[in-house]
Amino acid sequence: MDAATARPGAVRLAPTWGQRLRGLRRGAWRLTRNEPPVMIGIVIMSIMVFLAIFGPTLARTEYTRVDPVNRLLAPSAQHWFGTDTSGRDVFDRTIAGARLSLIVAGSVTLITTVIGTSLALVIGYVRVLDNILMRAVDGLLSFPTILLALALIALLGSSVQNVIIALSITGTAGKIRLIRGAVLLLRETAYVDAARAMGARMPRVLFIHIAPNTLGLVMVQATFTLASAILAEASLSFLGAGTPEFIPSWGNIVGTGQGYVQVAFWIAFFPGLFLTVTVLAVVLIGDALRDYLDPKLRGRIEREQA
Amino acid sequence: MTSGKTNGKTAGQKGSGTSNGASNNGPLLQIKDLQTYFYSPGGVVKAVDGVSFDLRESETLGLVGESGCGKSVTALSIMRLIPDPPGRIVGGQVIFNGVDLLQVSDAEMRKVRGSEIAMIFQEPMTSLNPVLTIERQLTEPLELHMSMTRRQANARASELLEIVGIPDPESRLRGYPHQMSGGQRQRVMIAMALSCNPKILIADEATTALDVTIQAQILELMKDLTVRFGTSLIIITHNLGVVARYANRVNVMYAGKIREAGDAEDIYGTPKHPYTVGLLQSVPRLDVATTARLAPIRGEIPSLMNLPAGCAFRDRCDWAVERCAVDDPPLLDVGKTHTSACWEHARVELKKRVAAQ
Repeated sequence: MDAATARPGAVRLAPTWGQRLRGLRRGAWRLTRNEPPVMIGIVIMSIMVFLAIFGPTLARTEYTRVDPVNRLLAPSAQHWFGTDTSGRDVFDRTIAGARLSLIVAGSVTLITTVIGTSLALVIGYVRVLDNILMRAVDGLLSFPTILLALALIALLGSSVQNVIIALSITGTAGKIRLIRGAVLLLRETAYVDAARAMGARMPRVLFIHIAPNTLGLVMVQATFTLASAILAEASLSFLGAGTPEFIPSWGNIVGTGQGYVQVAFWIAFFPGLFLTVTVLAVVLIGDALRDYLDPKLRGRIEREQA
Repeated sequence: MTSGKTNGKTAGQKGSGTSNGASNNGPLLQIKDLQTYFYSPGGVVKAVDGVSFDLRESETLGLVGESGCGKSVTALSIMRLIPDPPGRIVGGQVIFNGVDLLQVSDAEMRKVRGSEIAMIFQEPMTSLNPVLTIERQLTEPLELHMSMTRRQANARASELLEIVGIPDPESRLRGYPHQMSGGQRQRVMIAMALSCNPKILIADEATTALDVTIQAQILELMKDLTVRFGTSLIIITHNLGVVARYANRVNVMYAGKIREAGDAEDIYGTPKHPYTVGLLQSVPRLDVATTARLAPIRGEIPSLMNLPAGCAFRDRCDWAVERCAVDDPPLLDVGKTHTSACWEHARVELKKRVAAQ
């Protein structure tokens, strides 16, 4: 450019990763400072993650220890959440169950989000693939999730790993269908045309121009998946097809407790409560995250709180 | 497209005032008998059917016509951005720097897009990606074509914003498109398009979505910058007023073909095609009494799906003769650099406006 327009000192360095991280932290703080629901969500999630890591160690009794004499005891100072049919402490089993529930839900969310989103981007953009692969997705989606997962587990055998695989397969299909729809729309936008007119190649158009626009949808969907995976794992365990009974999960504790709801509601109630509260926390955080990821909404949030 | 920028076009090489500096060497871009068809279940739409024109260096060319006449499809065909399916370039040549762009590989074509031939689109409100910062988008072509580092590209991006007249470029760069007005966004688009010093800039209805005062500003800016950098400009518009002031030469398109071509003065002063006459007479003018009626062109554009034989404009034409129904006229010479696709071009002229009661 001409000398006249090249001002000295016009060079601005790109932010370092440290600065970016600090910016992100400031943003996160600003986001949560005046938002009680988000704060609540984060606090609950932190507790659950803490339990998932340390729960089994924190349990006051060995959570597999049976004590037939003290079975079906109501909540008391001794047994906060009461005891189950074999006299095992429900509180200990519930906090120990956090680990399994979160591992399954977290893995399923991660797998379906990464695989589902990447496939959806490519499928939505390349028309030939769209015609072929979407039929397969339609096929998968025509089965009820739980039924398909049950069939897969019957085939593969009952283990934590197989529960994750079964739920990921069904979850990925739904994710592909949803995000592909967004990609179909974004593919026709003027800025995608403009990017191609700038000489950008296909991967660049896909991952720099289209992918960030799906981020809000992907994040909201991820929180939804996390919540529904916790529930699906619980359902499978409840049906006896999920994690083996000797590993406690919220799902299988509720499952064993369901027959005793009238005599000993606490067996099913407390793990069910943990489950509900966790799902709620995830949804609260996901909602705030979606708002933060949209530059238009972010501007508004920052202005309101400035 | 191997030696892209051989002539080392240095920025600011031209002083202001040498606006019509069309050089003597051959045309920079030659379109020869371009045919772009769209295949729909209902039949073949011949959106562009045998369009030929030249673009010389540093010249501003207007491509004028109403909606659906094939202006934009012509531009997209030059860039090879026609969505396929349903569209396909079925014939013709687009010769740029001695190479037929329709024959080169996709990878070579990508090197041309943005760096040799850049394009600005109609919708300034939507041609910027809403989730990326201005900086991210403005540095993209620089990184793609000029192999600049992040740091160089950032510095250049800031300069570019200043050149297109956006105040406080440093803070603007960090902002997002939704924080800018339509005019500002179109300035950013111009900055992006000119960032790699392209030889040709195609402005496809670039000012249509803007209000009139901003429209004038943006047009001035485009004209200024293309003159300054020696870029050839193709202005695509349905608005004859836009072209009148800025174009050296004008091509008038109708139903997929160029119907009249010539220097701007010829087209506006002595139009020789009934369609051009119709367009000019439907533009309100300040120098005619306000009581004078505008003369609209009667009828509507024929369907491109199955054009009847003969001239496509004859049903709407006041000068039509029997021959028009059989023979589609080719472009006939009506002046030194003026051609018109009309059998009756000798009779065609602008009519005086009559005052209404």
